[in-house]
Amino acid sequence: MTPRPALDVPAILKEAGLTALVMLGLTVGLVGFRIPDGIGASALETRFGAVAMACGLAFAGRIALILLREKRPRRVLFASTAYAVVVALAQAAPVLFSPAATERWITLRPFDSAVVNGMTVVLAAAFALRAAWMEWRHRRFPGIKERDKAMDAMGARVQRATHFFGPALLLVAVILPFLPMVDRRLLDIAVLVVTYIMLGWGLNIVVGLAGLLDLGYVAFYAVGAYSFALLAINFDLGFWICLPLAGMLAATAGILLGFPVLRLRGDYLAIVTLGFGEIIRIILLNWYQFTGGPDGISGIPKPTFFGLEFKRSASDGGETFHQFFDLTYSPVDKIVFIYYVILGLALITNSFSLRIRKLPVGRAWEALREDEIACRSLGINATNTKLTAFAIGAMFGGIAGSFFATRQGFISPESFTFIESAVILAIVVLGGFGSQIGVVIAAILLIGLPEIFRELQDFRMLTFGGAMVLIMVWRPAGLLAHRTPSIRLSDRGGEP
Amino acid sequence: MEYFVQQLINGLTLGAVYGLIAIGYTMVYGIIGMINFAHGEIFMIGAFHALIIALGLGITTGTWIPVALVAALVGTMLLTPIYGWALERVAYRPLRGSPRLATLITAIGMSIYLPNQVQLLQGARIKTLPPVLQGGFEIMEGGGFVVTLSYLQILIMVLTVTLMVAFTLIIEKTALGRAQRACEQDRTMAALSGINVDRTIALTFVMGATLASVAGMIFLLRYGVIDFFIGFLVGIKAFTAAVLGGIGSLPGAMLGGFLIGLIEAFWSGYFTVEYKDVAAFSILVLVLIFRPTGLLGKPDIEKV
Repeated sequence: MTPRPALDVPAILKEAGLTALVMLGLTVGLVGFRIPDGIGASALETRFGAVAMACGLAFAGRIALILLREKRPRRVLFASTAYAVVVALAQAAPVLFSPAATERWITLRPFDSAVVNGMTVVLAAAFALRAAWMEWRHRRFPGIKERDKAMDAMGARVQRATHFFGPALLLVAVILPFLPMVDRRLLDIAVLVVTYIMLGWGLNIVVGLAGLLDLGYVAFYAVGAYSFALLAINFDLGFWICLPLAGMLAATAGILLGFPVLRLRGDYLAIVTLGFGEIIRIILLNWYQFTGGPDGISGIPKPTFFGLEFKRSASDGGETFHQFFDLTYSPVDKIVFIYYVILGLALITNSFSLRIRKLPVGRAWEALREDEIACRSLGINATNTKLTAFAIGAMFGGIAGSFFATRQGFISPESFTFIESAVILAIVVLGGFGSQIGVVIAAILLIGLPEIFRELQDFRMLTFGGAMVLIMVWRPAGLLAHRTPSIRLSDRGGEP
Repeated sequence: MEYFVQQLINGLTLGAVYGLIAIGYTMVYGIIGMINFAHGEIFMIGAFHALIIALGLGITTGTWIPVALVAALVGTMLLTPIYGWALERVAYRPLRGSPRLATLITAIGMSIYLPNQVQLLQGARIKTLPPVLQGGFEIMEGGGFVVTLSYLQILIMVLTVTLMVAFTLIIEKTALGRAQRACEQDRTMAALSGINVDRTIALTFVMGATLASVAGMIFLLRYGVIDFFIGFLVGIKAFTAAVLGGIGSLPGAMLGGFLIGLIEAFWSGYFTVEYKDVAAFSILVLVLIFRPTGLLGKPDIEKV
């Protein structure tokens, strides 16, 4: 082994010092001072301890990164492991030690907030992991290129495995309500996740297949939800009749929006769809006589099983589900039923989008996504083709929306903010565009995990946004970005 | 007539805020072709920094007000761009050369992350600044309606115009501006001719964030109330302004900003306040239908 060049200590200190300085700039205002709430603001609270701690940690972290870059992992391994263990112990002290010892351990906590401390521990653990990898495997942690290659290969493998994996996943989804460890809360989360999977698949038609960037998908979700709520309440129509109507109304909204704007390309389309989403929300918020304004609409009827209700006793002389089938009443039945409804709707969306890819219009979508000029030259009517994608995507959004309305029993404009559109788009992009199974994985990651970690409470949206950034930086093409063309010229490839 | 003039003044000052933020969107879009969705949050952070400095100095009355205002302005212009720089470094630079939607997702992720961070650090309730700059000129009167031009509005206009002129000069005349325009046209070629592309892009974010921080301070002075959520709507409308004017064009951003401000002011003055955002977005759609690249945007020619 060749002797390593000596470390350039002043340069390292300078680099780390600069990092600490940037950290100081970032934290001195917002962390250092807290503005008192409300009117008649007086003195600011100061929190300089946290600022100093953040700068110190940034300094140390930068030095660790430099040492890793210079292939000297040992000290990093010791230091970061020590930090992680000490802080973890300090955080867990009240459980582990006697009250007297706890007093002393608590002083070792770097920040007041347990979640922030936990985050620094995770970061230190990540450093330790990298250092350990380097120490024992004698090479660098895989860089972005190797990682991309590995993930591409995995994407391809998953894509191939979908033939077996897909049905297995489906089987799990079907028997989920009857698994022993599934309780009511988990089932609720499952309903939410499947709703987002359906929305992801719906948006995938627009973004993944047709390549149109839609930032206002939630508008169609809202149109579907309000159509169902208003139809059900004003005309006393049932869920199953309203479902196609809501879908059609949402599709109409999609055509109405799409018609003028689909000539626009890329980011112009993005901002117009975003604007449309906001317009719908503002109208819902302000058209008080029609939509109930900020109060929303409540008392939306629940879906019935061929006319059988899921209640303890039927409303007007009819029979309930448990009476008809001679079962004892259980409130979980209703959730199980709702779960199967959304699962069925999602599966319809899935098989629809898998099949429409093989139709001429689906092929035209994919062709348009790849090259619009070539499509025009071949005589594909770009506007009409885009319009169908928009309308069909909107229809599924609308159907999901009316499901949302019936599940919640109450809707208000607050449920249809831009964040929802962003989340759905994030699911599609993180999953890897056009990948059906990728949407499932991304939805479970983005929706399911934060729901399970409810303990994070205030930090939920923070970690959500942070996770979006980190996953994307880690894997820019999306988790499963392996894309096989839907059609090949040779016989070998076959359909995906 | 008097009412009209008053709405005109109000609209122009509102438009100044949008215009200043829109420049940041348009510069970033011009140079790396991405929507910096988190730019509105930088504006919000700028407003918080200004408020912290103003309250920290403890001067909200008396003759020292101009000093406090200058200190808050300079302070927020120094602190907030660090966020702009860090944003680029953390969320956008690692993704250079990735699919464009990837950067859009990190941008949206940051625009969720930043307000939540501010909410955790500063609390979710509104923050207020007592009115510091009161009074103004009465320029006309008629039919019992007095048109006032407040000192604050004069300050806002002077500040905005100065900054817009200064930034136009930076981009037209200085070496940095030349480097930016070169990167805008062809990044590879610019790198080959010795321009540090990463540094130029980072400085573009810093410049955008500087203007956004001033906009944040103006917002704070004008309304006196801020919270962690102001960045979203103002950011979207500023982006609308940038698109309206033709994204990538600096004069277009200013024009678009003033237009959006005027549309909002006149719509809420003559019709309903509730639907002012609908009006702004509808005008955008109308303009884009007839001029798909905005008012001053260059038509992008697609070559095969």
